[in-house]
Amino acid sequence: MVVDHNSLWTRQPEESVLMGKVGGFLDFSRKDPGYRAAKKRLADFEPVELRLLDAEVRAQAARCMDCGTPFCHGCGCPLANVVPELNDLIYRGRWKEAADLLLSTNNFPEFTARVCPAPCEASCVLDINDEPVTIRQVEMAIVEKAFEKGYIRPRAPRRRLGKKLAVIGSGPAGLAVADKVNRRGYKVTVYESALRPGGILRYGIPDFKLEKAIIDRRINLMEAEGIEFELGVSVGEDVSCRFLQDRFDAICLTGGSRQPRDLAVPGRELSGIHFAMEFLVLQNMLLAGDDCSGMRDINAKGKRVVIIGGGDTGADCLGTALRQRAKSVCQLEILPEPPEKRGPDTPWPEWPNKLRKSSSHEEGGERRWSTATKEFLGRNGDVVGVRAIEAEWGAGQNGGRVPRERTEYEIEADLVLLAMGFVGPVRNPLFEELGLECDERGNITVDGRNMTSVDGVFAAGDMARGQSLIVKAMLDGRKAAEGILDHFA
Amino acid sequence: MLPAVRDTGMMAGRKGLYDPRNEHDSCGVGFVVNIDGRETHDIVERGIRVLQNLVHRGAAGGDDRTGDGAGILVRVPDEFLRNQWQGRQPQLPARGSYGIGMIFLPRAGNERRQAQNLVGTIVNEEGFEFLGWRDVPVDPSALGETARRQQPHIAQCLIGGNGLDGDELERALYVARRELERRAREIGDEFYVASLSSRTLVYKGMMMGEQVRDFYTDLADPSFTSAVAVIHQRYSTNTFPSWKLSQPFRYLAHNGEINTLRGNRGQMRSREDALSAKVFGRDIKRLLPIIDGEGSDSANLDNALELLNMAGRELPLCMMMLIPQAWGVKYPVGPELRGFFEYHAGLMEPWDGPAATAFTDGTVVGSLLDRNGLRPARYTITKDGFMVLASETGVLDISPEDVEEKGSLRPGQVILVDLDKKRVLKDGEIKSTYARKQPYRRWVEENKITLHGLFNDVAPVETDRARLLRLQRLFGYSREDIQLILTPMASTGHEPVGSMGNDAPLAVLSERPQLLYSYFRQLFAQVTNPPIDPIREELVMSLMTFMGNRPNILADDPRNARLIKLTHPILSNEDMERIKSLDMKHFAATVIPMGFPAGAGEYPFEEAIEQLCSRAETAALNRRSLIILTDRKLPEHMAPIPALLAASAVNRRLVSRGSRTSSSIIVETGEAREVHHVAALLGYGATAVNPYLAFETVADLVERGALDVEIDVTMALEHYMDALRKGLLKIMSKMGVSTLRSYRGAQVFEAVGLNEDVVERYFSGTSSRIGGIGLSEIYGEANARYDAMVNVRPETATLLPSGGHYSYRKDGERHLWTPESISALQQATRRNDVELYRKYARSINDQARSQSTLRGLFRFKERKSVPIEEVEPVESIVKRFVTGAMSFGSISREAHETLAVAMNRLGGMSNSGEGGEDPARYEPMPNGDSRCSAVKQVASGRFGVTTEYLVNARELQIKMAQGAKPGEGGQLPGHKVNDEIARVRYSTPGVSLISPPPHHDIYSIEDIKQLIFDLKNVNREARISVKLVAELGVGTIAAGVAKAHADMVLISGHDGGTGASPLSSIKYAGVPWEIGLAETQQTLVLNGLRDRIRVQCDGQLKTGRDVVVAALLGAEEFGFATAPLVVCGCVMMRKCHENICPVGVATQNPELRKRFGGKPEYVVNFFRMVAGEVREHMAKLGFRTIDQMVGRSDLLEMDGAVSFWKARGLDFSRLFESCGADAGGTRCLQEQKHGIDDVMDRGLIKEARPALDDGERVEIHREVRNVDRAVGAMLSGEIARQYGHAGLPDDSIVCHFEGAAGQSFGAFGAHGLTLSLEGEANDYLGKGLSGARIVVTPPPPATYDAACNVICGNVLLYGATTGDVYIRGRAGERFAVRNSGANAVVEGVGDHGCEYMTGGRVVVLGETGVNFAAGMSGGIAYVYDPDSVFDPRCNLDMVDLEIVEEPGDVEELRGMIQRHMEYTGSSRAWQILGNWEACLPLFVKVFPMEYRRVLGRMTVQDEAVERAEVVND
Repeated sequence: MVVDHNSLWTRQPEESVLMGKVGGFLDFSRKDPGYRAAKKRLADFEPVELRLLDAEVRAQAARCMDCGTPFCHGCGCPLANVVPELNDLIYRGRWKEAADLLLSTNNFPEFTARVCPAPCEASCVLDINDEPVTIRQVEMAIVEKAFEKGYIRPRAPRRRLGKKLAVIGSGPAGLAVADKVNRRGYKVTVYESALRPGGILRYGIPDFKLEKAIIDRRINLMEAEGIEFELGVSVGEDVSCRFLQDRFDAICLTGGSRQPRDLAVPGRELSGIHFAMEFLVLQNMLLAGDDCSGMRDINAKGKRVVIIGGGDTGADCLGTALRQRAKSVCQLEILPEPPEKRGPDTPWPEWPNKLRKSSSHEEGGERRWSTATKEFLGRNGDVVGVRAIEAEWGAGQNGGRVPRERTEYEIEADLVLLAMGFVGPVRNPLFEELGLECDERGNITVDGRNMTSVDGVFAAGDMARGQSLIVKAMLDGRKAAEGILDHFA
Repeated sequence: MLPAVRDTGMMAGRKGLYDPRNEHDSCGVGFVVNIDGRETHDIVERGIRVLQNLVHRGAAGGDDRTGDGAGILVRVPDEFLRNQWQGRQPQLPARGSYGIGMIFLPRAGNERRQAQNLVGTIVNEEGFEFLGWRDVPVDPSALGETARRQQPHIAQCLIGGNGLDGDELERALYVARRELERRAREIGDEFYVASLSSRTLVYKGMMMGEQVRDFYTDLADPSFTSAVAVIHQRYSTNTFPSWKLSQPFRYLAHNGEINTLRGNRGQMRSREDALSAKVFGRDIKRLLPIIDGEGSDSANLDNALELLNMAGRELPLCMMMLIPQAWGVKYPVGPELRGFFEYHAGLMEPWDGPAATAFTDGTVVGSLLDRNGLRPARYTITKDGFMVLASETGVLDISPEDVEEKGSLRPGQVILVDLDKKRVLKDGEIKSTYARKQPYRRWVEENKITLHGLFNDVAPVETDRARLLRLQRLFGYSREDIQLILTPMASTGHEPVGSMGNDAPLAVLSERPQLLYSYFRQLFAQVTNPPIDPIREELVMSLMTFMGNRPNILADDPRNARLIKLTHPILSNEDMERIKSLDMKHFAATVIPMGFPAGAGEYPFEEAIEQLCSRAETAALNRRSLIILTDRKLPEHMAPIPALLAASAVNRRLVSRGSRTSSSIIVETGEAREVHHVAALLGYGATAVNPYLAFETVADLVERGALDVEIDVTMALEHYMDALRKGLLKIMSKMGVSTLRSYRGAQVFEAVGLNEDVVERYFSGTSSRIGGIGLSEIYGEANARYDAMVNVRPETATLLPSGGHYSYRKDGERHLWTPESISALQQATRRNDVELYRKYARSINDQARSQSTLRGLFRFKERKSVPIEEVEPVESIVKRFVTGAMSFGSISREAHETLAVAMNRLGGMSNSGEGGEDPARYEPMPNGDSRCSAVKQVASGRFGVTTEYLVNARELQIKMAQGAKPGEGGQLPGHKVNDEIARVRYSTPGVSLISPPPHHDIYSIEDIKQLIFDLKNVNREARISVKLVAELGVGTIAAGVAKAHADMVLISGHDGGTGASPLSSIKYAGVPWEIGLAETQQTLVLNGLRDRIRVQCDGQLKTGRDVVVAALLGAEEFGFATAPLVVCGCVMMRKCHENICPVGVATQNPELRKRFGGKPEYVVNFFRMVAGEVREHMAKLGFRTIDQMVGRSDLLEMDGAVSFWKARGLDFSRLFESCGADAGGTRCLQEQKHGIDDVMDRGLIKEARPALDDGERVEIHREVRNVDRAVGAMLSGEIARQYGHAGLPDDSIVCHFEGAAGQSFGAFGAHGLTLSLEGEANDYLGKGLSGARIVVTPPPPATYDAACNVICGNVLLYGATTGDVYIRGRAGERFAVRNSGANAVVEGVGDHGCEYMTGGRVVVLGETGVNFAAGMSGGIAYVYDPDSVFDPRCNLDMVDLEIVEEPGDVEELRGMIQRHMEYTGSSRAWQILGNWEACLPLFVKVFPMEYRRVLGRMTVQDEAVERAEVVND
């Protein structure tokens, strides 16, 4: 699919000449680019988010106060992107330097600019009593400008050093490890069981949030810089770990946390109940034109869809189901509806507990809060509904929940998608083969350098940390890379 | 007066952090003379009377009777001596052909005999005839206890001249004395020659002025006569001054201090090889060293003066060489005189610092003021040929009808009485005479070398980015250096400004490689010596400097003028090229690379420095006078030696080899970029600096479009150099140094974190008190920068490291305030969550332990604990807590009042800051809370300091300095001065408010005593405190402050917060409070002063542990500022100066103020939790009360667990040294005696009761003397207490005085009070005037023309807010300085009239001095200028000059003159009014431009405050 990037820029020309930067937040309000019109965007899977014009981005950057103690950088952004300096450079139109600076802390800003929930913005000082700076949009502008202007181009290391690394998994953590180690001059090979690289970025996130050309662009760049991708190779099955250990000086496991959390209630065995990821992967593969034969066909068209789980994955399912022309979509969340604004239990600069609306939520569907699933209802082995009950929070032990009596009701459903998060890495023969130590949740145990219990074998990302944000997976990847470089040195 | 370099008194040497080298003193000084040279006993009597009447300018030590020193210098009383000598053999030769020595001999008999034998031997060896000894009769019972214990045996030795007389005899006696002094050294410290001369004789000692006559019974003998007497009364900061530090010295008495002493001594030392004078022949070698290592600065000045004089220059000329007046391009002075001073500038750098001197060689007597004229010198000449000059007027009773003339010396002026010519010579005559003795102007013009193109436009610098980046890495540049430092400098030509305090670690505690400069802290003037305003008083400042072969200072020769003159010390790249290619005789350049082999280790590093020095030495020997040290284009494997180390090492080597003055050290370095760097290089000996990499970086910034303005490279470079120049002036001026030539090599720095070895070898003379890194670590850091250049990571290949010194960066320097600690503190105090507070405290205390602060490296010793229940409760601990001084103006009203309410709830104290306070806040709130700040600050701007303000305080705090910018003033730009701020500051909305760097009523230690006295008079209930900033010697200043009767002294750390301050000041001035507090505690205890003064401490205190450390080091009270602000919502944005505080704390923007979310409860919670933490520590340490803990530094030790590589060399033993309680109390146990029990006002109040209580009109008559000080202040306090600022109706209390009023006459005079004085007044009349009327007229019998005579002293109406003053006669310098609203008429003023004025009207019916209206932003002055001489004397930076034509103005002016005539009977006023039409056009209206603009829009009410560009507040 070809995305017309130009179509993403907002149309209104920005009127003003930029004023002096000091106190820019007093002159400009926050401006988000917004989304394409809901009706239009439901007709395709193209990216929904618009872009700001350069002048608008600069005005937004000028809202940054260049805090002496920048919480965005010091507490919000896991990668410690140097947000104030980036904003200042953009305000001054120094795009190239901004790109250099951004790329020094963030290997793939084009990913985070699209899918990061932006904890930096939540910890922006302006979020105390104003609207935070649109840091993610600034990042987006920087990285896209950098590609457009050719600031980002393949830079293969000048000389190759003797050691070699195998990275297993090509999600954000794996790519970050590969990128960093490769740049330092070591040979890196990335093993990926799927036919295309990218892991969750490619298969888990819908195109309307992250168009896959963006991933391809990056992979091409990495290949041009000398990283080899071995695709469709499942380590532990297609090749043994021993084989890799013989050929490489270090191995880094970045297989993610893909074991979905299940819901053990009566009727779970009924057909038409799927894990969200199955649903999303299929749609992504279809759009990519991949061969999907042999895969279970899960389509929401004309169906009454119930999504269990109120998080991002649930929202992705919602948007996808709507695009597949579902008859209705209902998203259930067990937690109570969060407040509109930051609640007192998560004071600034913490990540706020507040009501979040993704683009998908604007497109349709229904959200229900404090709702626990008691049972799946079936007819002829097919699911036809969900029995739910309201949960009362704070009444149970330690503030836990108890079902509120006499609130049971039923929701009709033809398709149920379970989007309740992931419990840990998918067990793979190589765990045993290597004898990896894992913690009680099944995550791989690593030390301060991200090395596992096995010498020379590292792990990074959700596989070690447990399910988390892409940006944290990248942080882990960078950290593991340091550990690996240390190990090589 | 100051630092005795080696103290030899009873306190032998330093103890703990106390070091006698840091002593300061100051004093009263003067002379009396019979102009016709008649020898009378009366002169001696009168001299002593002057001393007695200046006693209040001196001080007494711990036993209250031991004076700091006093003395009198007279002509040899021949008749008296003959009487005494009668019958002895050999006989006394004829008058003038024998010498007499006044000698302090050891007390012990053996040593005394040994000393006396030595004197005899040497006298004979030198070819004199030894006549014998005369024991000087003394009465020790006149002395205080301490002085008596110290009293030497005092004897006079008489020496026959063997045919010599006059100058020859003097010279021979000089040589003999030097010989004697050198050889007497082995006898011990007690031996001292007070004088040895055929012309003069000195009687002095450790006493108060009034004791001199009782002690030395000689002085009472009627046959003891003299034509002249020079007197001196000393005030020292310590309590154990030695006998020999008392003054006068052999030629002079000095009130002031030489700030550049170390530089002057070094330069004198290095001149010694070149000294030659025919009159001395080979004897010259026997005079060396010229400067006594042991003397004070005044004694050293006396040494230099003596040498110049003995070599043949006349005494007044020598004085003018040593302490020249200002003569720079901006100073109005003729070409001949300028030539004269420029020629002599090439010979001698100024001995810079405040100075009022009296000098005599027995044939002339005179007085000279330094260029700043900050010490008063008033004189009276009588019709019968008598003259008295002294620090005050009125020191002798002289009938008005006998007075011929009353005058005062102006800055830089000299006055002389020639006893042979029997006449008085004034400044103009003296200077022209000397200027015409030789064709100096021509000599300078013909010989001065100018390099073609030098200081022409700088050419653009070429940059090559890749190379540039490498170099930037090599020299440790960070992105922050470029963005925060260089960008603003290049964009605006100003140093960058920042806000909030410094919470990054000291250099020695930083894990990142630091530049060597970071280990040096700038010293600054406080209390004993005023800083200068380098902007408003630019005309006295000079960056001019010479390069080249320095001459023999004893010769007068045109070749002495063969010098390269630089107008400032920053050399452009073109300048460097030209200098390098110079090849003239005496001006050849040698280029020496400053490099060491990278990675080779410490030893080769040391070798490289050694080699560098040797090469420089060789070059100097080969008479290649320009030595260029460069790190440009070093070979591949070489890394640069830190330039400061190289420059200082070379300088030291050249000085020690005597070749420094013949050569100039030019440093071409990529390392220096900040002002502080350049200042350090110059301060350690560099002549000029070429910061080439900074130039290239600036050029690159321009090319990248990174500047804030669109300018070309040339302009950016000019800006950058401009910023450096301004910054240099600022750094110099904060120490009170006016000229770069004396700043060079003066080492006005303190090292923090360097070990003794390094300091001794390369920076000797600099103090470094806690040890630190050595050469190997310096090598390590230099080498690390090289490594950083070589090992570049690909992902950061195009980037420099972040820096993070000023702004927090995760990969940068550590900070104590981090996102985590800030949010933990905010949440903890909001929820009153002790657990969360603990988390916060841990994060601070633990971070500290990972080496951010000195206290972080301390550990408490194990001690038997007590149950926590027995520890004093939180409620009583919090009473010791105060919040820091933050003005309303720097923070919002909401924030200011929140703190005040919280502290009042706790029973602690909040501080008004220096911006005044809204009187509405004096009333309690309905709920019982009070918004009234318990502490009212009195700062140099005196904004809002009214009598009412003063009486509404529990404490009055004199702010001498501020941790973030000690020694500097500030500015609140007009657009930030809204209606409300203007109202509480008693100023005009929209008019800028400038705070001067010094308090204009505190130029020296005796002045602060006066201000304390003034304030105590106004508000007897309030305690008086003095805020000081920790630096080398702060302890001795605190001791001086204790002797000045302050009730509390506050020691602030260098890291305290600010609303706006130059970044270099935030970072590089002052030292941590741990050092300053320990020094203060030790000094006060050792001096027996601790028990009469409380000690408070502040500076980034954040936790209970900090409080405990401070208590153990000696503090009784604890100040917090940043932390409570964070509690109120501050997120350490560090943008206070931009007025955009997004949490409404540090802003006046009404919109932003609405965002303020702080509550008093949070602040209360904070302090209670801190107190809770304190209690936990106390329980563990076994203390039940804070009092028990104060000063127990013996319980601190260095944390042995600290293994950080740079911290290993730290040594806190001097910090922890406990100066035992045997010396007296270790905490405050008694109240100060303020001496206000029997002041004149007590009587005035009694008599004024009917007016005060019943509104009846009262008239009072009194005689007044100069010892009656602050007359009217206490009475005014009464008025304000009862009636507020409005006071009583006009003329409710009218007081008539006759005589000479003491200082601060009418200070803080309240409305309804009229003070009418017939006679004269001293300094500070009408200080803080708050509505009273003051009238001063000459006494009726006086015959002199009032308009031509000075009848009032300096600094009148300082900080006056309302009231009127009429003076029939002239006033001294700085008339109406910082006047906010008073109206005044005067008949002539000295220099700097109406400086910093913001409101009010001033009419001057006569001449003004120079620099009139400097910094005048508001008000109007009308100057009568019939001779059209005013223009060049007015500083036109902020004002327009106009004719008076607006009808309103004409009426106002005429009305004021009319009233002046009515009140004073002024004949000048009468003449002018009588001829009004003709006189009116001769008036000049001095109209501040800003004021004019504001007047135009006065109707516009309080518009939304605009955002500030730069606010210095």
